[in-house]
Amino acid sequence: MTTTTVRSARPSRLGRVEWKDYVVYAGFVVVFLFFAVTQPSSFLSVANLTNILVQAAPIMVLAVGLVFVLSAGEIDLSIGSVVALSALSAAVVLQSTGSWPLAVLTALGVGLGVGLLNGIFVAVVRLPSFLVTLATMGLVAGLARELTDLQSVPVTDGTFISLFGAKWLGLPATVWWAALVLVVGGVALRQTRYGAHVLAVGNNASAARVSGIKVARVRIAVLVGSAMAASVAGLLYSARLQGARYTLGEADLMTAIAAVIVGGTSLFGGKGTVVGAAVGSLLMAMLNNGLILAGLSVSQQMVARAVIILIAVSISLRGKRGS
Amino acid sequence: MTLTPTVQVPLRLKGIHKHFGGVVAVERFDLEVAAGEIVALVGDNGAGKSTLVKMISGLYEPSEGEIWLNGEKVSFRDASDARRKGVEVVYQDLALVDEQPVYMNMFLGRELVKGPLRLLDRRRMARETQTLVDSLDVRIPSARATLRDLSGGQRQGIAICRATHWANGLVLMDEPTAALGVAETAKVEELIARLRERGAAVLLVSHNLDQVFRLADRIAVLRRGTQVGVRSVRETSRNEIVSMITGLS
Ligand SMILES: Nc1ncnc2c1ncn2[C@@H]1O[C@H](COP(=O)(O)OP(=O)(O)OP(=O)(O)O)[C@@H](O)[C@H]1O
Ligand SMILES: [Mg+2]
Repeated sequence: MTTTTVRSARPSRLGRVEWKDYVVYAGFVVVFLFFAVTQPSSFLSVANLTNILVQAAPIMVLAVGLVFVLSAGEIDLSIGSVVALSALSAAVVLQSTGSWPLAVLTALGVGLGVGLLNGIFVAVVRLPSFLVTLATMGLVAGLARELTDLQSVPVTDGTFISLFGAKWLGLPATVWWAALVLVVGGVALRQTRYGAHVLAVGNNASAARVSGIKVARVRIAVLVGSAMAASVAGLLYSARLQGARYTLGEADLMTAIAAVIVGGTSLFGGKGTVVGAAVGSLLMAMLNNGLILAGLSVSQQMVARAVIILIAVSISLRGKRGS
Repeated sequence: MTLTPTVQVPLRLKGIHKHFGGVVAVERFDLEVAAGEIVALVGDNGAGKSTLVKMISGLYEPSEGEIWLNGEKVSFRDASDARRKGVEVVYQDLALVDEQPVYMNMFLGRELVKGPLRLLDRRRMARETQTLVDSLDVRIPSARATLRDLSGGQRQGIAICRATHWANGLVLMDEPTAALGVAETAKVEELIARLRERGAAVLLVSHNLDQVFRLADRIAVLRRGTQVGVRSVRETSRNEIVSMITGLS
């Protein structure tokens, strides 16, 4: 009862546009125009634009999970590893049993398990999510390597491949699955009590607690959600690539975090947007794609991507801190 | 006809005792707060005021003694249990969520939903919030305004509105104006006085004796966890209260 926040009257911001919340849309347009002008034939083709959507799909799924985690004031660094372990377990189960429902359930079970592990350490043992998920990131990555002894596993089951990799209404199924996750995530965050509680916990956990919100349960739920989103991303990858490998999802953690932050979700909790994260994911996929088209080598792409992400995140975070 | 009291007192504390390990925080505390009455709880730092409030709001369990609400003996499993039974607390450090609109704060943890998908009924929450703040004359730009855009006094006004709205006749306040400036404090005091007019029972923890004498009907004094007395404001003086608080005469 000693933390005293003295606040004086502040001018209303109702009339002021917070342009930083819209950085991602401007960035999207600028990057799109840049590639469209510099590489009109290759970038603007229907095949390439579809390809961007396909590349963005798993990032979007991961980003939706992360929006909830960050909104609740936590972080999940283990999602990249969960992508790999989920995809690999699904592939192994498919190979040995031939049952695609079992494969899907196994992948989701991996997410559920890792999410619960993270959640319990964060919400019950009260360790920082940064440390807990850093540890499980290593743990899960190790398990993924151990599972098949670094071997990749092919996926040949027709139903499984078409479920996540076929074309529906002209667009690959991966894109539809990502869209579904976006809609469900967007509605859940904006329009349900759960979403309101996630934001409240991230904004002021003690206020949430005295208001009767089960804070620990919310923290567990967001971490389970992000890990299971990672499982879905793993399923999308394994169907699209018709196989799984321990390296899947390796680079996706940074990309997804960048997509979410650039999209306008606060790194410090209490504020999140699924729509922003979706556009952020598209922006990241577009950058990847454009850099490849521009003929950069893999190592050059890594450097360019890191620099661009740093710039984008600085722009969208400037002025949001401290207040 | 029987010996049961006919008037239901919103809050009655009987022989409340609380110790943390070897530390006695509150000892043999008895108090009643009637409807339409403001009782101030005063005492030096560490006297046990907050501990008492926390017991009534379910955050701590009394080591001994009984808590009666509206004629019913209660014991709380936790704070949300106490909340369900109509105990509402206003804290000095604003148990509110900054990034959310006023109406979401008003309904925090009890959001209204509609339809089979149980989606948030924002329109209804905003409308009910507007009615509520209007009826208590808390001036804010709109029920849809984001909380961080309001002043400290407006925010505490929202917290008090919320407590009043959900309370079952009793509102606890732990230093509700400690974080506020002079003008804002005056506003909040007006609001507290209005609660009394509406028949609420208010238990007010305050270090500000001027405020206590302005607002309260009775004053309960705690010294090192022990209740040293309860005085009616009309029959006491600042000097007496100060000497009760300090133990010096
Ligand atoms: N959770 C706790 N564990 C151990 N001791 C506690 C705990 N909470 C309070 N106490 C002790 O109980 C006593 C009463 O504290 P309390 O916070 O109720 O005082 P207060 O009257 O509200 O003081 P202040 O005016 O400074 O807010 C103090 O000695 C305090 O150290
Ligand atoms: Mg206190």
